[in-house]
Amino acid sequence: MKGIKVAVFAGAMLAASAGIASAETTLKIGLAEDPDILDPTLARTFVGRIVFASLCDKLFDITPDLKIVGQLATGYKWVDDNKGLVITLRTGVQFQDGEPMNAAAVKYSLNRHLTMQGSTRKGEIASVQSIDVVDDHTVKLTLSAPFSPLLAALADRAGMIVSPKAAEALGDKFGTAPVCAGPYKFVERVAQDRIVVAKFDNYWDKGKVHVDKIVFQPIPDNAVRVANLRSGGLDFIERVAPTDLAQIKGDGKLKVTTIGEIGYQGITVNVDNGPQSKNPLGQNARIRQALSLSIDRAALNQAIFNGEYIPGNQWVGPSNPYYAKGLPVPQRDIAKAKALLKEAGVEHPSFTLMVPNNTEAQQVGQIVQSMAAEAGFDIKLQATEFASSLKLATEGQMQAFQIGWSGRVDPDGNIYNFVACGAPLNDGHYCNADVDKELKAARAIDDPAERLKHYTAAAEILLKDLPIIYLYHRQWIYAYNTKVEGFTPYPDGLIRPQGLMLK
Amino acid sequence: MLTYLIRRIAIIIPTLFFVSIIIFGLQQLLPGDPALALAGEERDPQVIAFLRHKYHLDEPLPVRYELWLGGVLRGDLGESIRINKPVLDLVLEKLPVTAELAGMAILVALFIGIPAGVISAVKNGTFIDYGANVFALWGLSTPNFWLGFLLILLFSVDLGVLPASGFVPPGEDLGKNLATLVMPAFVLGNAIAAVMMRHTRSAMLQVLSADYVRTARAKGLEERTVVLKHGLRNALIPVVTLGALEFGQLLSGAVLTEQVFTIPGFGKLIVDAVFNRDYAVVQGVVLCTATAYIVLNLCADIAYFLVNPRLRA
Repeated sequence: MKGIKVAVFAGAMLAASAGIASAETTLKIGLAEDPDILDPTLARTFVGRIVFASLCDKLFDITPDLKIVGQLATGYKWVDDNKGLVITLRTGVQFQDGEPMNAAAVKYSLNRHLTMQGSTRKGEIASVQSIDVVDDHTVKLTLSAPFSPLLAALADRAGMIVSPKAAEALGDKFGTAPVCAGPYKFVERVAQDRIVVAKFDNYWDKGKVHVDKIVFQPIPDNAVRVANLRSGGLDFIERVAPTDLAQIKGDGKLKVTTIGEIGYQGITVNVDNGPQSKNPLGQNARIRQALSLSIDRAALNQAIFNGEYIPGNQWVGPSNPYYAKGLPVPQRDIAKAKALLKEAGVEHPSFTLMVPNNTEAQQVGQIVQSMAAEAGFDIKLQATEFASSLKLATEGQMQAFQIGWSGRVDPDGNIYNFVACGAPLNDGHYCNADVDKELKAARAIDDPAERLKHYTAAAEILLKDLPIIYLYHRQWIYAYNTKVEGFTPYPDGLIRPQGLMLK
Repeated sequence: MLTYLIRRIAIIIPTLFFVSIIIFGLQQLLPGDPALALAGEERDPQVIAFLRHKYHLDEPLPVRYELWLGGVLRGDLGESIRINKPVLDLVLEKLPVTAELAGMAILVALFIGIPAGVISAVKNGTFIDYGANVFALWGLSTPNFWLGFLLILLFSVDLGVLPASGFVPPGEDLGKNLATLVMPAFVLGNAIAAVMMRHTRSAMLQVLSADYVRTARAKGLEERTVVLKHGLRNALIPVVTLGALEFGQLLSGAVLTEQVFTIPGFGKLIVDAVFNRDYAVVQGVVLCTATAYIVLNLCADIAYFLVNPRLRA
């Protein structure tokens, strides 16, 4: 009788432990926005890339210190005077539908990015003329001209490889049920509510995937996102506002991790885009220099962001390998600013600064207005809703526009399209042949030291002309439950699930 | 009654046609370029041109209206440019959420507002009446988003008894579904309860001073029977109208409440669509809510007939 009782008890314990062992772990991540289309070819938002980090592996990835490493690729080689890129692919990789990831799939995906109607990736890899399958695990990209930023582009959405079978079946509706080669497979999406992904059991690097399911929940309001984290409704949140840090750090159940972004925040000046550029700020570089010198970037950072962000003066942050160290962030110098204005013959320049109508941006605008006033500037602030401000900026219906950029891994992605003559994001219509020459030269070589020389030469001109007055770089601030372990922040702001664990 | 119903239903079609013109026209007044807003931060000129062409943003306004209206008549409300999903799918996804939230809010309003109004009228001029009026004023004055935040801090963060935000479909887990809607329903219902209480009180005061109520009392009926059976039934008429109108308004999406509690309903959908210039979504959702509002008004009128026998004559 006693033996039977022991056996029953042992059986019950075994069943219970099996239940515990098989309990599914779910990580709930709060996003600051609702992602757009989950199709790497058509996707247009930063927040979508956070979800892609779980769904779609890329040919390359970055390390936290911005080095490019293989992900679906194991290596690469520049050939034909840098007009050819041979990529060696990882073997044994499957898509989430069981199809093999191979050279044919890479060719298919890259061609899809280049040719699909409405592709937002086309411009990123426009230098690619053709893709050839060398063998089952080797592709060769032939370029129209040397273009070193291509590797960084392939470390982002343009390098995401989709299942050709799924893409053919779904066409431009691929985003409703994406199939890639990432650590998690798509389960469901309810717009503005949740995106659910589940562990892909045949992921090539499955040893690093410990969480069974991830639920992404878009919660745009900062305070609500933090409240959800504190109440346990979420396990992890991104883009925490610096002003919320105190309450999070005071909560023993939560942890905070930060890393500097690869983007920037600044003021774009209209120097030659229509009649609105015909004002002292737009026409005279000395006035723009005076404006830059009148701003105390450190004080601005302290006042609005509790010192959490990073003052800046270039398109990359001070710790970036492509930062021109010989041109550091200027200290505020009102006397020099006034002297420059006097030299320019306009001691009280007046202009309108278009500012996005969110709290943070308006605070920055107000501080800039107040600081610049001490040097003699009369700045009028025009709070404008974002979609309207984009149109006004592209049409030149602004004198100065406070806007940032989320940043790209390669420095080219942070500068070329903004200052090159006729470039699509060059709202101020700045154009300087010498700057173009340096930026184009930097694109054509892959030696980092040589590229830095060109970027430094460009910086020397740009920091005199100041078509963009850089102000600061944000920190990506993540907050999460103490039961979350293994999180590594990256400067691109993406949440990579590899290594994440729930205690 | 049948003639009245047929007449009312016949008016719906030209009303909706007129509403569609207003919706379409007003949207065009929004500043900004939708193709530019939706092309992403890279603002690739080829993508912008593609979006303009695909969604007929390069066509003249009358042509765009005709294309849109033609689609609506075929049951095609267009597609969200932002997430590449049919608007009809989005509406069918969000409507049950908003309908449930609106229904719960109205229930909260009814359970609080009507009894408070009746008691306030019966105890007219007493401390109870003043208290109810203060409650009404508080309900009307309290900003929804502020109350919502306070409730989240108290019940979710401090006490941990209710989820801070989100929505669980009732089919998935009814308990969690109700838990996610308790706070937002209270926030919304609280404000409507205040209005309902005031209307009920006014209507009851009027009814309780009527001759037939005096007659009922003179006949020796219990006060409870006089108030509830004879008084409230007639006083409910304006409250029914109010309830239907408020429900219709809630269906258009309680924007702030849905933002605070992250309820994926119409309100959130419309706000995001406006900011993203996702025209088809705004047009489709507003048209649906306008239709719902018109139908609810019709239901309110039918309810009149049922509640008031004099109208049936």
